[in-house]
Amino acid sequence: MVRVVEYRIDRRSGVATYVQIVQQTKQALRLGHLQQGDRLPTAREVVEATAINPNTVLKAYRELEREGLVEARRGLGTFVKRSLGTAPAAESPLHDELDAWVVRARTAGLDRDDVAALFTAVLDKNFQGEN
Amino acid sequence: MTDTAIAASALGKRFGRRGGWALRDCTFRLPAGRVCAVVGPNGAGKSTLLALAAGLLGATEGELTVLGTTPAGARARIGYVAQDKPLYPQLTVAETLRMGADLNPGHWDAAAAERITAAGDLDPKSRVRALSGGQRTRVALALALGKRPELLLLDEPMADLDPLARHELMGVLMVQAAQHGTTIAMSSHVVAELEDSCDHLLLIGGGRVRLAGEIDDLLTAHARVAVPADTDLAPHTVVESRTTGRQLSALVRPAGPLPDDWHAATPSLEELVLAHLRNPEAPVLTPAEEAVA
Repeated sequence: MVRVVEYRIDRRSGVATYVQIVQQTKQALRLGHLQQGDRLPTAREVVEATAINPNTVLKAYRELEREGLVEARRGLGTFVKRSLGTAPAAESPLHDELDAWVVRARTAGLDRDDVAALFTAVLDKNFQGEN
Repeated sequence: MTDTAIAASALGKRFGRRGGWALRDCTFRLPAGRVCAVVGPNGAGKSTLLALAAGLLGATEGELTVLGTTPAGARARIGYVAQDKPLYPQLTVAETLRMGADLNPGHWDAAAAERITAAGDLDPKSRVRALSGGQRTRVALALALGKRPELLLLDEPMADLDPLARHELMGVLMVQAAQHGTTIAMSSHVVAELEDSCDHLLLIGGGRVRLAGEIDDLLTAHARVAVPADTDLAPHTVVESRTTGRQLSALVRPAGPLPDDWHAATPSLEELVLAHLRNPEAPVLTPAEEAVA
């Protein structure tokens, strides 16, 4: 079976390792890299590649399971139950609108950090109290 | 099978009758299946503790139980790699592994041992004396893992390795823990080296246990706070505090909820360890042991 997701652990990020795995899995689900029925790498595969503690991987998978995104099937592995988000990242009207907006912001003289700060502020305003 | 890999109670070791105590009053419990970082400055007693657990040294006082029995009684089920990676220099890599098979009849995993040496491009015909420090570490680990131990005791296992080999061999150890539930205790004076791979911590300083427990539990039992300089931190236990101008930064062990305006944050493992080592008078915390009592 093809390995569809590979975790990159950034020790300096200040984000707990298991949270990084949860976030990267969700990101892969959002972008469609992981789809319903796909098997997540086994704990053995992840720890061999990343040298992190196996319990960290299991903790992340339990969290994903708790959120209803994956399910563990005994002896077979952990499988994606449902994907996340409805808008595919690329080639959607929303993507095109955002792209046009970023181009406008840049033309108006904003640099990368300004754009990121503005975008984050708007996100925070609209998604108060959610993750 | 017991659920405790190592249990120490008031354990002490003194070298020579008039020598100083290398280790004293050590009480802790390492549950089975954990990957434990044994951390502390040079000369703290890490190697002494690992050698006691391996049954190579006898305790001067106190009690030490390993895999439910005495350290000597558990020796066949323990893989121990000493800091200087003792091997026979005149043997070849292949002969060393054959020795491993001969010394461990009935429970030698030749495939696992050979996988480790092969991954390092080691020629089975090279003599151990001709190997580099890192290659010797690889052979020593192959010998320890080939034994299929229930408990692996590794004294500064990564010290001689380049970053690539370090990552790869740490991966090998984690696979061992994932697949066989092997308990691993490994020492280092570099916390960052062990942080991601270990879930349990044993911090030793000045021959005593300073912190012992699950890393997550130890981290959440502490908070980094930043408050105005005249703030009274009581009733919380202060591990370390420093005043800079009008600001007081401290690492505390909260006795209850902290006020919102204290800007409490969970410390990193390195911050936690350094704060305890800089402040030898900070009280000992061993939550795992309390849970048992």
